[in-house]
Amino acid sequence: MSHLLTLIVVLPLAGFALNGLLGNRLGKGFVNAVGCGLPILAFFATLKAWAELEGTGAPIVDIAYAWARIGDRSFEVAFYFDRLAAVMALIVTGVGSVIHIYSTGYMKDDASYARFFAYLNLFLFFMLSLVLGRSLLVLFVGWEGVGLASYLLIGFWFEDPVNARAGKKAFVTNRIGDAGFLLGMFLLWWAFGTLDMDRINLAYANGASPAVSASLVGILLFVGATGKSAQIPLHVWLPDAMAGPTPVSALIHAATMVTAGVYLVARMSGIYAHAPEASMVVAVIGAATAFFAATIAITQTDIKKVLAYSTVSQLGFMFLALGVGAYGVAIFHVMTHAFFKACLFLGAGSVIHALSGEQDIRKMGGLARRIPVTFVTFAVATAAIAGIPPLAGFWSKDEILWNAFASSRGGSPVLWAVAAATALMTAFYMSRLLWLTFFGKSRLDPEVEHHVHESPLSMTGVLVVLAALSAVGGFIAVPHFLEALLPLPATPEALHHYETPLVVTSVVIALLGVAAAAFFFAEGGARAGRVRESLAGVHRVLYNKYFIDELYERLLGRPLTWVSDRVFLRIGDRMLIDGALDGLARLAHRAAGGLSRIQTGHLNLYMFFVLLGIVGTLAWSFRHG
Amino acid sequence: MDKLHLLLALSVGLFAIGLLGVIIRRNLLVMLMCMELMLNGVNVSLVAFAQQTGTAIGAVLVFLIFVVAAAEIAIAIPIVLLLVRAKRTLDMDAFTDLKG
Repeated sequence: MSHLLTLIVVLPLAGFALNGLLGNRLGKGFVNAVGCGLPILAFFATLKAWAELEGTGAPIVDIAYAWARIGDRSFEVAFYFDRLAAVMALIVTGVGSVIHIYSTGYMKDDASYARFFAYLNLFLFFMLSLVLGRSLLVLFVGWEGVGLASYLLIGFWFEDPVNARAGKKAFVTNRIGDAGFLLGMFLLWWAFGTLDMDRINLAYANGASPAVSASLVGILLFVGATGKSAQIPLHVWLPDAMAGPTPVSALIHAATMVTAGVYLVARMSGIYAHAPEASMVVAVIGAATAFFAATIAITQTDIKKVLAYSTVSQLGFMFLALGVGAYGVAIFHVMTHAFFKACLFLGAGSVIHALSGEQDIRKMGGLARRIPVTFVTFAVATAAIAGIPPLAGFWSKDEILWNAFASSRGGSPVLWAVAAATALMTAFYMSRLLWLTFFGKSRLDPEVEHHVHESPLSMTGVLVVLAALSAVGGFIAVPHFLEALLPLPATPEALHHYETPLVVTSVVIALLGVAAAAFFFAEGGARAGRVRESLAGVHRVLYNKYFIDELYERLLGRPLTWVSDRVFLRIGDRMLIDGALDGLARLAHRAAGGLSRIQTGHLNLYMFFVLLGIVGTLAWSFRHG
Repeated sequence: MDKLHLLLALSVGLFAIGLLGVIIRRNLLVMLMCMELMLNGVNVSLVAFAQQTGTAIGAVLVFLIFVVAAAEIAIAIPIVLLLVRAKRTLDMDAFTDLKG
């Protein structure tokens, strides 16, 4: 048996070790070769594994080693490669590799160049073990590992406390979700005695699983997914995570890590297929998150924050698809989203690079001619996410809308309406971003204006590749490719005559969104300004993200701080623990002080004590005979 | 009262006199002598028991104690001489500052 899968996973780990230990000493050439070369090798190894998979048709299982043996059950570090894992692994290694290449340009002047690539490779290692792990336990190790890598990279420029705090926020918020994930794993282990995901799915498919409620497990695992994939109510960390370097935002907080929750639900689809309640929760949370994040994105002024809320919103779309049983469609959207959102983030990075660090779109404008390659690629990706045919986003989003409407597994016109409204807002805020950044008159600071320059080839080349993928990625029929594994939900015959009108509607919606943005933000956004003034209250709420952070601070943060300070610190730590130890020390000190009085220096007295001792000993020994 | 009891009474008497002497008297030399009394009180009891049981171990032990006591006195007397030379007195109370 070959260890090809283990090789895929271990290659980036080797990159982490080499760059982490030797990178600073051996210079940039070495760091580039290792940091970019090993992920690219992993990409080709994944391609080879895919070819093997298509050749035999059976999933590849690669047992790396036996981790632990408890009783007659054993935990193995085993990797599992089917078509779902293939799609995810190709996205991770493919998009990951190009983002590594982009980073060689973007991070060129950073002092911690080797550390950056070491962390990126570490991230890839954990992400690949998440995607390829056969058992939930291996997946969980990867799950926590990508959280760690994300934390390290958000706080990459840790000299600024704001960045370090954003990293902590991401880490802590994820822990809350992980508690649910762990409980779900415990339940599954208790019920099945195995954590191998293919076996659990099989057990549910055979209907031999009365031991545990599928809905309960489904909801617990989904709690984990809300943390990692930034769904309500645990979405608060993702926008703050933009404190990290832009390639990190593109790789971890848009293209790969945040879709881990989607992957988890799709991978455990055997459970969700038997859990209509859990699926409904997933669909409703997904739709609500999509809508809610889109409304926030309309008002944000930081180029990366807009994209961050857009990511939250698109993740909501994916969960909507999962909730109505269209697992393959969700994975399809994961892929197209990885293409266009990576392109958008890297484009934003290129803009920020050109403007020497400026991120406020109110101080941009008129950049289309100054940085043409960035502009064209950004525009293509914007059109893709807005859902303009025939670009990638159109195909996946349209399938999600159709399934939300017609799926026999929980689709409803209400879900469709919410999703369609979100699609309209998506087209609107993305076009707004495009307009404010690239069109109109320049609102740059005169000093910045002077230095505007197009990015180097390593960055623009990657942008072109990703823009091309965003353009044609929709023609890769992922749902069909995955159909044997993740069957699409049935749609009632009676609804089929709606299909064409719905497609037309979604195209109209996309164009309407773009047109509205063009209308409001033409000529420096004077019309938008008037709307903003007439709806000042609404704007304030949206601009401040519905005050969710403040609400959490009031409801959770402050009570926790109060309890920690008053109860745990003052009573628990200072009074009980410190008090007990201080008391013991004081007792010893006093006793010693008392005893030292009888050391007078008079030998006669000492001898008298000897006499007392002898008498006492004799008396005691007579009494106890 | 047989011979053993008499000898043991003598031994206890010697030891008690020695102990009381050390406790009550202040003269350094007298205290040393009283310590020897205590030692010999114990020696008497050892010899008495040795005779009673008919073994030689007790008697051997006594010789051992003699040797140790001789060595001890050989050191103690010079120390006493040095102390006296320093303070010009044999009174124990003059030396309480040696407690450190």
